[in-house]
Amino acid sequence: MKFGILVNEGPYNHQASDSAYQFAKAALEKGHEIFRVFFYYDGVLNATKHSEPPSDDRNVIKNWQKLAEDHKVDLVVCVAAGLRRGIVESSLAPGFRISGLGQLIESGIQCDRMVTFGD
Amino acid sequence: MSILHTVNKSPFERSNLDSCLKHANQGDSVLLLEDAVVAAIAGTAFAARLTDAAKMVKLCVLGADLKARGLDPAKVIDGVAVVDYAAFVDMAAANNAVHAWL
Amino acid sequence: MEEDFEGGIVKKFMYVNRKAPYGTVYALEVLEMVLISAAFDQDVHVAFLDDGIYQIKKGQDTKELGHKNFSPTYRALEGYDIEKLYVEQESLDERGLTEADLLVPVEVISRAEMAKLMGEMDVILTA
Repeated sequence: MKFGILVNEGPYNHQASDSAYQFAKAALEKGHEIFRVFFYYDGVLNATKHSEPPSDDRNVIKNWQKLAEDHKVDLVVCVAAGLRRGIVESSLAPGFRISGLGQLIESGIQCDRMVTFGD
Repeated sequence: MSILHTVNKSPFERSNLDSCLKHANQGDSVLLLEDAVVAAIAGTAFAARLTDAAKMVKLCVLGADLKARGLDPAKVIDGVAVVDYAAFVDMAAANNAVHAWL
Repeated sequence: MEEDFEGGIVKKFMYVNRKAPYGTVYALEVLEMVLISAAFDQDVHVAFLDDGIYQIKKGQDTKELGHKNFSPTYRALEGYDIEKLYVEQESLDERGLTEADLLVPVEVISRAEMAKLMGEMDVILTA
């Protein structure tokens, strides 16, 4: 089955991004496809390359990056929400790309299920 | 047509779970995750409400979130199933849509 | 063009608004999402329940906040062929509001009807 995921919150204030990551990992392990993960609202902050969490904490950004590398998951950051919050092309960690909100709607159309994680 | 509803906030803090239960249809599923898992434990002020809901919808709670909060999966309300992320994926697939009550 | 690109699929989308405006950014950014979705020729439904009904309360004046008052945009949705706006009666009642307090034409439905409508959707987006 083809899943689309929407992440509404940033990496460390809320558990949303972690829950989304665990869901995506479990879906891939079961042989499902993650068509796209779309980052909107403060969720765009998940894409920053400047995040350096303490070494004894999980690295939310790296988790997403690894998922993208290992499974070719499309990680899309909303351009408008990113601009508001200072997330632009030059702030992106590898594996993320910036595009329009239309990519989220397209995900809703193309995927069998859309799953949202937020606050 | 059925929906998997997800709720991630404690009913003691926000109205998400209350609103979700008021809008769930017979045969829908409701998954409690993150801070909402506190609602799944027996003996709370919300337990009667959840026991009632379990007659109409399939109620589940994410075990990982229970354990993280020091809550014993053995102490969940009768009729609430403790599940893992893999089961969460299965439920998302088994229902027609997923509605996150944020 | 969109139709060809998307293979002519038309799904029932619902945007569920349950939060008041200005205290958080969700109302505004959901509205931006709704506007974009108009370009995709989908069957769009916009639901207002719980505190979401404050998003379309008449007479919003944000001058002293310094925020942009985006509430007139809800009236512009019709121009984008987004005409299925639903408000839950019980949510109005709980807040001492009536349909006359709303700034845009909507269909007021009961909580039971809202629940049934949600059950008919293919994609439900919330924030």
